[in-house]
Amino acid sequence: MFPLSQADTTEAPRDERRESELAAILGVLGANAADSLMKPNDDIWVRVTTESWRASVDAVRSLGYTYFCFLSAIDWMPSPFGKGEDDPTAPPPERDSSIRQGYAGGATRFQLLARLVMPGSTSGVNLKCDVPDDSMTVESIVPVFAGANWHERETWEMFGINFAGHPDLRHIYLPQDFEGFPLRKDFPLLARIVKPWPGIVDVEPLPGDENEEESEQS
Amino acid sequence: MTLLGDRQQLSYIAAQAADARVNVELETEGMTLNIGPQHPATHGTLRIIARLDGEQVVWAEPSAGYMHRGYEKLTEVRTFPQVTALVNRIDWLGSFANEVPFILAAEKIMGIEATPRAQHIRTILFELSRIANVSLFLGDLGVQLGAVTPVFFAFRDREYVLNLIEAATGGRFHPNFDRIGGLKDDLPAGFIDETRSVMKKLRNFCDEIENLLFGNEIFQSRTRGIGVIPKEVALQYGLSGANLRASGVDWDLRRDQKIAMAWDKVDWKVITHPDGDSFARCWVRLQEVRESTRIVDQLLDTIPGGPVMVKVPKIIKVPEGEAWVSTENPLGEMGYYVVSKNDQGPFRVKIRSASFNNISIVPWVLKGVYVPDIITILASLYFILGDIDR
Repeated sequence: MFPLSQADTTEAPRDERRESELAAILGVLGANAADSLMKPNDDIWVRVTTESWRASVDAVRSLGYTYFCFLSAIDWMPSPFGKGEDDPTAPPPERDSSIRQGYAGGATRFQLLARLVMPGSTSGVNLKCDVPDDSMTVESIVPVFAGANWHERETWEMFGINFAGHPDLRHIYLPQDFEGFPLRKDFPLLARIVKPWPGIVDVEPLPGDENEEESEQS
Repeated sequence: MTLLGDRQQLSYIAAQAADARVNVELETEGMTLNIGPQHPATHGTLRIIARLDGEQVVWAEPSAGYMHRGYEKLTEVRTFPQVTALVNRIDWLGSFANEVPFILAAEKIMGIEATPRAQHIRTILFELSRIANVSLFLGDLGVQLGAVTPVFFAFRDREYVLNLIEAATGGRFHPNFDRIGGLKDDLPAGFIDETRSVMKKLRNFCDEIENLLFGNEIFQSRTRGIGVIPKEVALQYGLSGANLRASGVDWDLRRDQKIAMAWDKVDWKVITHPDGDSFARCWVRLQEVRESTRIVDQLLDTIPGGPVMVKVPKIIKVPEGEAWVSTENPLGEMGYYVVSKNDQGPFRVKIRSASFNNISIVPWVLKGVYVPDIITILASLYFILGDIDR
């Protein structure tokens, strides 16, 4: 994509350490693993089934991934508001609203994302799991990692994902009577809607830059 | 293990005391103590609600959100280069260190790498922001315990470091200097010599603080054996940085991670402490400032030549992909999970900030401690409000 990329010119190297780690994880997960991806010298992604979320996290932890890094969610629906840079007087533009999940696939609009790491090393795994569109409920992993408590509260508050078995699901950042789920893509960023964003600046070519422009496009 | 025993013993004594009170029917009503959000002993607007039984805390919870700015939402309407201006303001005492993992994540998805010179200068500025951040912690620590002198030393010496950061980047607190593919500018003339003399001053500062504070009997009696966090609990809560190393976990992302920075090119060591108490956490941070000055000194000797920026298009579009990059920031592990959809701006950014995890252990660690220890434990855990609330 970019001619400056060094990664494009060299062949993808094999990463035997991560290959064996992924094999161990998939081995312990068995049928609970829905999909997985390993990028050499980068990272491991594993998507597990919704029903087995807590059991899968516990199984991966038992392999030595005892450090709880974070838990959050991703809303894969493209924002209906774009980047909030539309002209308010013009009719709203047509936007791509198709939901495309990222690494390790998926089938639902919301996905949970958690990262566990083996302490003392850089071996980590990004665990994903689909969140059912109707019930929006996933099992809480607080019994496995006590530190997930706040992360699940934040995810519940920001995305509206319920965690069954969470000891204390309350707002953490927002007022207790706040309505709506701010990090959902269909939650408008009001600051961008009530007033045009002043940061829309076109990059203007500097004097004497024309040649460079052409060489980049060629 | 003996430390765990101490803790169990403490709760046993508390339980005995509670039983005794019931037995003589002299049970006192619990009292709820509210500390903050504005309180001289809290840095920033963290509010702690503690339920007390006499002098002992039976339940405590920090109440965050007084400074929530919603950066994760804001990144979705920014372009990649604009995001660095936002993430500067997460941990505002070590702001350059916040930019680095985000830029590295964007570079990872694009498949490019900064030039060796840029990586080197990034590492120097990263360590300078660590020194600026942690030296203020060391001064602030004294204030929390009632000693006023160290904070003057800290502000005096941090100013030298901020001047260096300002000379190189133009901003004292918000450098906004890191770019996809390298850095905005090269180092200014005279930076290297100046930095060397400042590093000498900072090492003196560490000696001063060590003599003033760490050797002090009152300081020791108020921090040793207080707020003990065992290794297993620390890992469960995702504690990172000095808090984790003070619990005896030998883990530093600067050493253990293969990353496009210059830490592997110099000789330094990871500091750990087996105790896991407040004293250990403070001591580890003090030693880390010393190590940082050593890292900077060595890096200054070996800055490679060449440009500080690879050639990138003017309008940066990051291809579709996901990446996780974290670095060992002054407060602990700071990482970004970036999802890009072949656009000028990120589709989703999850900001994993260190203080959020470090403070989530507070309800656990404050259980059973005495009221004056609340402040020392919070101080030793070391948080920046912007880093909790984001």
